[in-house]
Amino acid sequence: MELVYIAAAIMTGLGGLGAAIGVGMLGGKLLESSARQPELGPKLQVSFFLAAGLVDAIPIIGVGISMYLIFVVAG
Amino acid sequence: MAGSGGEQTVAGYIKHHLTNLTFGKLPEGYERHTEHGTEIVGPGGQWTVAHGGDEATAMGFNAIHLDSMFWSLSLGIIFCWLFAKVARKASADTPSGLVNFIEMVVEFVDGTVRDTFHGRNPLVAPLALTIFVWVFLMNFMDLIPVDLIPEVLLVALGIPYQKVVPSTDPNITMGMALGVFFLMIYYSIKVKGFGFVRELTLVPFNHPAFIPLNFTIEFVGFLAKPFSLGLRLFGNMYAGEMVFILIAVIFSAGIVWMVPAGLLQIGWAIFHILVITLQAFIFMVLTIVYLSMAHEDH
Repeated sequence: MELVYIAAAIMTGLGGLGAAIGVGMLGGKLLESSARQPELGPKLQVSFFLAAGLVDAIPIIGVGISMYLIFVVAG
Repeated sequence: MAGSGGEQTVAGYIKHHLTNLTFGKLPEGYERHTEHGTEIVGPGGQWTVAHGGDEATAMGFNAIHLDSMFWSLSLGIIFCWLFAKVARKASADTPSGLVNFIEMVVEFVDGTVRDTFHGRNPLVAPLALTIFVWVFLMNFMDLIPVDLIPEVLLVALGIPYQKVVPSTDPNITMGMALGVFFLMIYYSIKVKGFGFVRELTLVPFNHPAFIPLNFTIEFVGFLAKPFSLGLRLFGNMYAGEMVFILIAVIFSAGIVWMVPAGLLQIGWAIFHILVITLQAFIFMVLTIVYLSMAHEDH
């Protein structure tokens, strides 16, 4: 049963790692491009939130499933 | 914590919150464990409300989630009623707060459709508005304290299970995604005709010998769209609900923990306002994009 905890840890950790890199790059590019063309700022922000939501989904789902594993499957 | 049935474990509490109120047909010969002892389902099966996840599993396909259906349909009716009322009241005079708000929502959706949809179709903008507001309202049920509605219904009406957030039920989200999927197929065939088949078989390698390979790639990609659409919404809402339930578990640790748990609950709820709006928006935008792709003829 201890393997369930390892599975949950990998799920949360790797999911978070990937999303952190993704959102970091995304935010950096947003700053870069709105510094270059400030008039496009609001438009880029909408696309930024859309992409951030897409990236965000996987780690959040991972957290939810790992919580389920820890507290219901293993608990 | 829900005070149903004396002794409760953390796992039991979480499971209780993740169980839908299921109405369905128990198969013949299934043993029901009720407080009156064990009952055996007679010939031909029995239509009844499930008590617990095991019975819901035994029902299999012949089951419907009463709570998800009730809450999603009520929220849909609330949406239609509110928007119809405001639409009738709208005039050129100084509008009131509610009229202003609804106008803002409609204009926002209209602008998004104008920006992302490149075909000609009067159905898309109303569809997008419906999806956005409906999904938002269904997600919004997440912000209501997890024990409030189930506990009130348990005490007042004796309803054993209640899952109030319809979008944490994969049946609802996948059902909506399937609706979008059928619209995609319908408009692909209507707009492109035979071009739809060509798109599935002769892209990316335009040669008859590559038809099986092309078809495999394109068909998997085609099926993945509604699948990821429904699963993304479900996963996000499910995970959010899970965190709310887990924070609610902290309350059982004693009176000292009430303040930090309450603060955590509020913090997560504030963050969740962003998530529920974003997920409703993403569901809407992806629907528009998929339908726009269905309208593009190459």
